[in-house]
Amino acid sequence: MQKATIQLGPLTCPSCVKKIEGAVKSFDGVDKESVNVMFNSSKVKFDMDSEKLQVIDVERAISSLGYEVIKSQVK
Amino acid sequence: MTGLDRFILKKKKLITLISGLLIVTAFVSEMGFENAQIFIWTLMIASIIGISPIAIQAYHALRVKVVSIDVLVTIAVTAAFLINNYEESAIVTFLFLFGDYLEMRTLSKTRSAIKELTEMAPESALKQMENGDFKEVGVDEVGVGDLLLVKTGAKVPVDGTVLTGEGHINEASITGESLPVSKNKDSKVFAGTILENGTIQILADRVGEDTTFGRIIELVEEAQDSKSEAERFIDKFSKNYTPIVLILAGVVWFFSKDIELAITILVLGCPGALVIGVPVSNVAGIGNGARHGVLLKGSEVIHDFSKVDTIVFDKTGTLTIGNPKVADTEIYTDQADKILKYIASVENESDHPLSKAVVDHTRVTKFYPVEETHVVKGGGIIAKVDGQRVVIGNVALMEQENIHLNDKVRKDIARFEQNGNSLVLASVDSEIMVLIGIRDQIRHGVKDDLIKLRKLGVKNLIMLSGDNQGTVDLVASELGLNEAHGHMLPEDKLTFIKDMQSKGHIVAFVGDGVNDSPSLAQAEIGIAMGGGTDVAIETSDVVLMNSDFSRLPHALGLTKATANNMLQNIIIAVGVVLVLLFSVFFSDWMNMSIGMLVHEVSILVVILNGMRLLRYKINL
Repeated sequence: MQKATIQLGPLTCPSCVKKIEGAVKSFDGVDKESVNVMFNSSKVKFDMDSEKLQVIDVERAISSLGYEVIKSQVK
Repeated sequence: MTGLDRFILKKKKLITLISGLLIVTAFVSEMGFENAQIFIWTLMIASIIGISPIAIQAYHALRVKVVSIDVLVTIAVTAAFLINNYEESAIVTFLFLFGDYLEMRTLSKTRSAIKELTEMAPESALKQMENGDFKEVGVDEVGVGDLLLVKTGAKVPVDGTVLTGEGHINEASITGESLPVSKNKDSKVFAGTILENGTIQILADRVGEDTTFGRIIELVEEAQDSKSEAERFIDKFSKNYTPIVLILAGVVWFFSKDIELAITILVLGCPGALVIGVPVSNVAGIGNGARHGVLLKGSEVIHDFSKVDTIVFDKTGTLTIGNPKVADTEIYTDQADKILKYIASVENESDHPLSKAVVDHTRVTKFYPVEETHVVKGGGIIAKVDGQRVVIGNVALMEQENIHLNDKVRKDIARFEQNGNSLVLASVDSEIMVLIGIRDQIRHGVKDDLIKLRKLGVKNLIMLSGDNQGTVDLVASELGLNEAHGHMLPEDKLTFIKDMQSKGHIVAFVGDGVNDSPSLAQAEIGIAMGGGTDVAIETSDVVLMNSDFSRLPHALGLTKATANNMLQNIIIAVGVVLVLLFSVFFSDWMNMSIGMLVHEVSILVVILNGMRLLRYKINL
């Protein structure tokens, strides 16, 4: 398991948080308990299994919801 | 997502503007020229353009099984459109979009304080490459052990040690203190601080999130999004709330056959202000703290701290400076100069804080050679100077060495102790020559700060210390504390705090964060006087940067204001929903547009209310 952090453009509505959370949780290889969408700092943090998926897949899913992805970090 | 979707979401601002203009055109043409055709057509176009981004967002939400506000609004607007109520459908979409825009603007203001902090993070570094040259790289590419060059005006990219060079560094980002600190070989430097002059080469000890600055940023970022019990409840509630509103509207429509009523309920049910109110107060309060050198670890901390009625202080380093100085002396010899030189020479051999105070006081810089130095643990120091035996230490050491204390000396000792001094006796060849009283100074301004804390509603101010009771009592009476206890070991302090808690008090403990960590952890609120030290940052709930005691009243006042602000926002949000629901059933002025207007205004009101916290200043 690795820790991934994705920095998003500013989130403005609390329901965005729910949407992004739902999208990230839908991936196989993401530890669902670990998903944390931070409203004020506009960040998503989660643990992922890098053998099952790449962080870029999650980034694509988030940007296809209409949210800007600024950068990501996996370690 | 198709290109069109993305395009529409990107152009939300433009869409809002067009939709607004169309609505104005519609009403002008109707009122000015009584042209019903243009009126209807422009409103229809405004509705369709306006609903498109909302509908796309609603679709995305439903795909991840979330019934979002967008879903409710899309259904309501579509229904209004289908029953030919174009006026409502156009105005509701416009208000929703415009509200969204204003929310974005105001929210970024409330977050600005914390953003300022995170933007101070270093981004690049000059790293020595294999060929010996320095090359600019991203800070992510720096590892522990790398050699880095920092030039004048640049940010120190990592926590490290100076290898060569010297300069002055502004450490305000870590300590809050903007006076530049001089650095040369072997000095420690911190990420995020700024080299104001000079050039230094440093060895990276800690990088990225492991640096002190990285820890502070992470802590503040987590704090602004941390959730209290109440917020988690609201979250759970709002998760089920929107689907319930949807069902309720369906039920109302089914029984009353009144579509207008059903869609009005959909709009009124949007839970905006309730969900956003508390996080907005939270981020503004924590942001204000970050600007003023107070780190608050989240909304639970804000809540608990605002209710504190008892504050327990550690003495040394908290209420006092922690830097003891000679306050009183008695000299029993006419060769004072020579004797003081002896004493300074012997004391110079020790690094005990009291010895240091004595040497500083005598101002002697040229020392006699000292021989046969023997340090007596818990007693003092014995040595030979100039062929004479010098014994320096406390009363116990004198008795142990069979040095006679005459009545005059004993009287002076009693007086010194009463004044809150720690005692140092000095004898030369078994005769008492000098009695020295050493005291720790009370921090400047502490007395006023304690008065402010009382005005903020703290009932008990208590001091616990490892020092003797005489010293403790003196400080206590000078500061007007409720209680003060000496001879306390760290575990005694812990027991004391547990006792207070069992009596129903809500306790904050203020300490230096190193030897008091059990007490910091036990108290409801642990407050560390941290000059940016790791232990202080890790173990406590509140960190006063740069060990600045005067920030404590601000911290307490701020948490009270923030807790209040949250409550106000909850009351505003719940009140608005109740009024709206009441009016929809019992009055005839309520419709979808007014509902949306009130809803958006209430969101803006809670954001603006939260923003007031950014300007909070203690005012007593």
